[in-house]
Amino acid sequence: MTAFLVVLVIILFGVAIWQMGKIFQLSKGKSDTTSQIANDKDNNLHGWLSLMFVLFVYALAFYSHWKWSNVFLPQSASEHGVDIDQLWLISMVLIFVVGIITQWLLFYFSFKYRGKKTQRATFYADNDKLEFIWTIIPVIVLAGLIIYGLFTWTDIMNFDEDEDTMVIELYAYQFDWRARYGGNDNVLGEANVRLIEGANTLGVDTSDPNAQDDIIVNELHLPVGKKVLFKMRSQDVLHSAYMPHFRAQMNCVPGMITQFAFTPTITTEEMRLDPEVIGKVQRINEIRRANSEKLVANGDEALEPYEFDYMLLCNKICGNNHYNMQMKIVVESEEEYNAWIKEQATLAEALKQ
Amino acid sequence: MSAHAHDHVEDHHDDHGHHHKETFVTKYIFSQDHKMISKQYLITGLFMGIIGIAMSMLFRLQLAWPDKQFGIYEILLGKWGADGIMDPSVYLALVTIHGTIMVFFVLTAGLSGTFSNLLIPLQIGARDMASGFLNMISYWLFFLSSVIMVMSLFVEAGPASAGWTIYPPLSALPQAIPGSGAGMTLWLVSMAIFIASSLLGSLNYIVTVINLRTKGMSMTRLPLTIWAFFVTAIIGVVSFPVLLSAALLLIMDRSFGTSFFLSDIYVAGEVLHNQGGSPVLFEHLFWFLGHPEVYIVLLPALGITSEIIATNSRKPIFGYRAMVASILAIAFLSTIVWGHHMFISGMNPFLGSVFTFTTLLIAIPSAVKAFNYITTLWKGNLQLNPAMLFSIGLVSTFITGGLTGIILGDSALDINVHDTYFVVAHFHLVMGISALYGLFAGVYHWFPKMFEGRMLNKNLGYIHFWVTAIGAYGVFFPMHFIGMAGLPRRYYTNTAFPYFDDLANINVVITIFAFIAGAAQLVFLYNFISSMFFGKKGPKNPWKSNTLEWTAEVKHIHGNWDGPIPHVHRWPYDYSKLNKDESDYVIPGEDFVPQTMPLQDNEEEMNH
Repeated sequence: MTAFLVVLVIILFGVAIWQMGKIFQLSKGKSDTTSQIANDKDNNLHGWLSLMFVLFVYALAFYSHWKWSNVFLPQSASEHGVDIDQLWLISMVLIFVVGIITQWLLFYFSFKYRGKKTQRATFYADNDKLEFIWTIIPVIVLAGLIIYGLFTWTDIMNFDEDEDTMVIELYAYQFDWRARYGGNDNVLGEANVRLIEGANTLGVDTSDPNAQDDIIVNELHLPVGKKVLFKMRSQDVLHSAYMPHFRAQMNCVPGMITQFAFTPTITTEEMRLDPEVIGKVQRINEIRRANSEKLVANGDEALEPYEFDYMLLCNKICGNNHYNMQMKIVVESEEEYNAWIKEQATLAEALKQ
Repeated sequence: MSAHAHDHVEDHHDDHGHHHKETFVTKYIFSQDHKMISKQYLITGLFMGIIGIAMSMLFRLQLAWPDKQFGIYEILLGKWGADGIMDPSVYLALVTIHGTIMVFFVLTAGLSGTFSNLLIPLQIGARDMASGFLNMISYWLFFLSSVIMVMSLFVEAGPASAGWTIYPPLSALPQAIPGSGAGMTLWLVSMAIFIASSLLGSLNYIVTVINLRTKGMSMTRLPLTIWAFFVTAIIGVVSFPVLLSAALLLIMDRSFGTSFFLSDIYVAGEVLHNQGGSPVLFEHLFWFLGHPEVYIVLLPALGITSEIIATNSRKPIFGYRAMVASILAIAFLSTIVWGHHMFISGMNPFLGSVFTFTTLLIAIPSAVKAFNYITTLWKGNLQLNPAMLFSIGLVSTFITGGLTGIILGDSALDINVHDTYFVVAHFHLVMGISALYGLFAGVYHWFPKMFEGRMLNKNLGYIHFWVTAIGAYGVFFPMHFIGMAGLPRRYYTNTAFPYFDDLANINVVITIFAFIAGAAQLVFLYNFISSMFFGKKGPKNPWKSNTLEWTAEVKHIHGNWDGPIPHVHRWPYDYSKLNKDESDYVIPGEDFVPQTMPLQDNEEEMNH
């Protein structure tokens, strides 16, 4: 109902300005050929409006930050993510400073030099020195950003794989995820979609000795502080493995194996105690309580309270249920992880059943 | 003297079409006159724009109130909106077709097609395009592709819904999404025809600019509009064929069992035979056009803005040569940055580094352009006509959207915001809204040239601008925030799981602003249609502009100028130029010197 009212208000608003325009039009006299060209009165009015507009833009920026900066992702839960956040902050400060100054100049000049019959514009066509300055300043600043960015990127993407690195396959299909662990040997068995058959839904080559101890699950558990190398595979269409809390993302491409590596640094339990996360969970639960009341009033079941968990989302359009293709990620201590993995059936066991 | 006479003979020779009798069909439908073709482009583009914007209104409604029912869905979407609930597949179809229509049909054909056709002959002093016939074919191919695109909306399984980037395998497999059946076939056919249309148009623009400039119109005396259209056409010729090849290969994969983009796929319970193809190849081919496309959309808007800002500031555009150099630099760089759409596609990370480097370089000419616009305003005598306000608005959104580009172009930062709403906000501001502002600015400025002296109502124009400006920032500024919260784009609803529940109210704010901005377009539409028939006639040169189009006949005649083609004696930006002793303007009492005016005795020559 409120939605309907909002739409109605908007439509009425549209009609109102339409009518206003008509009134303006009718109130204007005829004949004058210059009537549709801005005169000094228009220049004055719209000069002032320009000034007000830039203030509106500032106010919008300020309000959005004040009101909505609490929706941002919490601190990075991975090692490289800290570098990304640092680079992000520097870039953001930079673009905000540049944005605030240039927008001000643009609209302030629109206001200050609004046309008057008595005013004369300055014929000013060129100034090589000035242009040189504002070519060279972006060059220097961008060179700094490029170098910083490229170092960060290279560090993230060119990881060195050692014996300690844990290898996990992320397997995407319409519309869910599976994770395959290398098992005791930490080596993934060969796999291809052509081998999919019955319970072997990932198409693992069951004759491969490395495959026997592979473990396939649909909840990703990671030991904290250990480097994980993800090997991504897709069964059908493009998907993207997006782990926002770890600042990690890589597409899953049918026909090839893509990879991404990171080291988780904060366990799920620790993250739940992060003040930002506590605040976010609280707000979400308030919304859910309000929604539950409505549901209960309609005779439906109430929503369960939300508890924070890391998650893996699909972030490449992949079909009708793209919006709900996710997997829970649990980061835990090494002991907890070991206890959990022991519980899981190996591929050989799973196929025997 | 003899050279002069010779020119006249040539001029007259160009004139022969003048005396043919025109029927309704040759004048309004299969017209070969560039002015009529430009109007055809504009009106077709606006019609497609109405569809595209209406679609965005529908999915904004869904995103703001995903759990509410709206009868409008059932009315407009039929079986996909049964009981007022939007089907997820039609949501994806709406975003796909919205993107396709806005990028190609409105901002490429509607903007570049309209103004290149209108302004190239008029501003360089030509009777018409190099080939009026090819020009006509170009429009009618565009019309045909529009018709096919609209038809695809009514296919039983639904229109294409794999996103406007139509990445295979999703776009190749009807088993994976219903829209990849007949809907996608029509999409591809429509786009193939569109590309043919665009190529014919572009070749025509290039040839016309190179060959048909009037006497005295050297390249450095061209208005920046023409430079922008000319370079845009070149980028189009370079990159559109690559999209055609991508589309053809995709058609082969879909219909003839080839494996260019498909390999190792198990879908709907069976393994496909395809082996050895790569979706990443498609991404390369697509973005080889897709990125230059951004500039195909944007450069004409920037060209239009350069002309309008200079005219309405009553000042020369600041740094004409730097502006031309920026256009050329942007055009060149635009063809070597496509990989920044693919940082996390699985391509080699070293390539990612290269594309980060080239991408951030493009910020330099863009910054030069922005600073030059601002300096053009400085100490001007700004005539704040609606076209001028839209041009200033363009510079504003170009800066805002361009700055977030510095973040997205940085491969390390792109990892976490790739395909989130941060990207959506960025490209809508920098190319969507900016190019639309350019389109509107152009329409307000050159309406009298299109409709024989009639002018758009300025007060409706002012309402249109301010409401749109507030609405556009109101939509896209908050959108960065939900992107930074990690919300992926193309999600039918953000409430399937709890994590994004707290973004619901931001989505409501965005949707309300979207409706306000949408309502403002109705004002424009009304203004456009009513002014077409009842608009007030203005003076011959309403904005006191220097360029040649205002010396042409107000009434549309084939050949543009009744007499001989005017000759050009100066660059187009002699606004507020003073005479030698600085006592008055070069032409006393007039703050502009048309390009046709020979150098005056009391005037110093500029270097152009």
